[in-house]
Amino acid sequence: MNLVFILAGLMAIAGVVGVILARQPVHQVIATVFSFIGLAALYLSLQNEFLAVIQLIVYGGAVMILFLFVIALLSARKDPVEKDVGKLTPPTIAGFAVGGALLVMLGIVGLFGAEGNRGWTAVPEQFGQVGEFGHELLTTYVFPFEVIAFVLMVAVIGVMILVGRHRA
Amino acid sequence: MPAFSLNAYVALSAVLFALGGIGVLVRRSPLAMLMSIELMLNSANLLFVAFGRAHGGYEGQIMAFLVITVAAAEVAIGLALTVLLFRRREHADVDEVTDLKL
Repeated sequence: MNLVFILAGLMAIAGVVGVILARQPVHQVIATVFSFIGLAALYLSLQNEFLAVIQLIVYGGAVMILFLFVIALLSARKDPVEKDVGKLTPPTIAGFAVGGALLVMLGIVGLFGAEGNRGWTAVPEQFGQVGEFGHELLTTYVFPFEVIAFVLMVAVIGVMILVGRHRA
Repeated sequence: MPAFSLNAYVALSAVLFALGGIGVLVRRSPLAMLMSIELMLNSANLLFVAFGRAHGGYEGQIMAFLVITVAAAEVAIGLALTVLLFRRREHADVDEVTDLKL
């Protein structure tokens, strides 16, 4: 269990670092998928089997395929969007400084903020599996579930209106 | 029972969030920024799941599920806007997109 957490956490962090540093958009997509797989393993270590599978299917599959489609359609030409990736221009240094300050601050808060206040609760064996999760989702939380369906429909219609107009 | 303490998960989530924030601040291609935003949302999800497991209830998992769905919708809209941006101009550097500036 210790090893799972360390390996998956390192995978997730390595993926994010890859997204920051990679030059080619396709390499960034691969790094992001790497990070998502690490996060799915972390969900598994927290006994959330259903969310781990959803993470792999929705994020690692659907969302990243969407990114790959856009990259293949638009930016697979000779000149990259960013001319100076990796060079330390003043705005880049400022970005790294602000982000580094955020990193140190959040890291300290995360490590020492809630020290000893709450441990893990013992849960039954089937916690986080599809049956239990679906029962909760479709009884107690059915209204948010319906709202989220509406949000998805609005998003699809919005994309159609934004991009599909030029076909006429 | 997870092997590490809750603090380890909170710290990992904080590190992922900050690194994603660095990605948003440093990169100037809209695709890279969208990917970094996705990773930041994922770190928040990890926090939801970890605290939900710590409480032993389903609220955290349900919330993480809703965040995943909203993030999928957000990516669809964001990529549609990126497609429009690439269509309208040669360079899709976000520094050069100043149409809303007075």
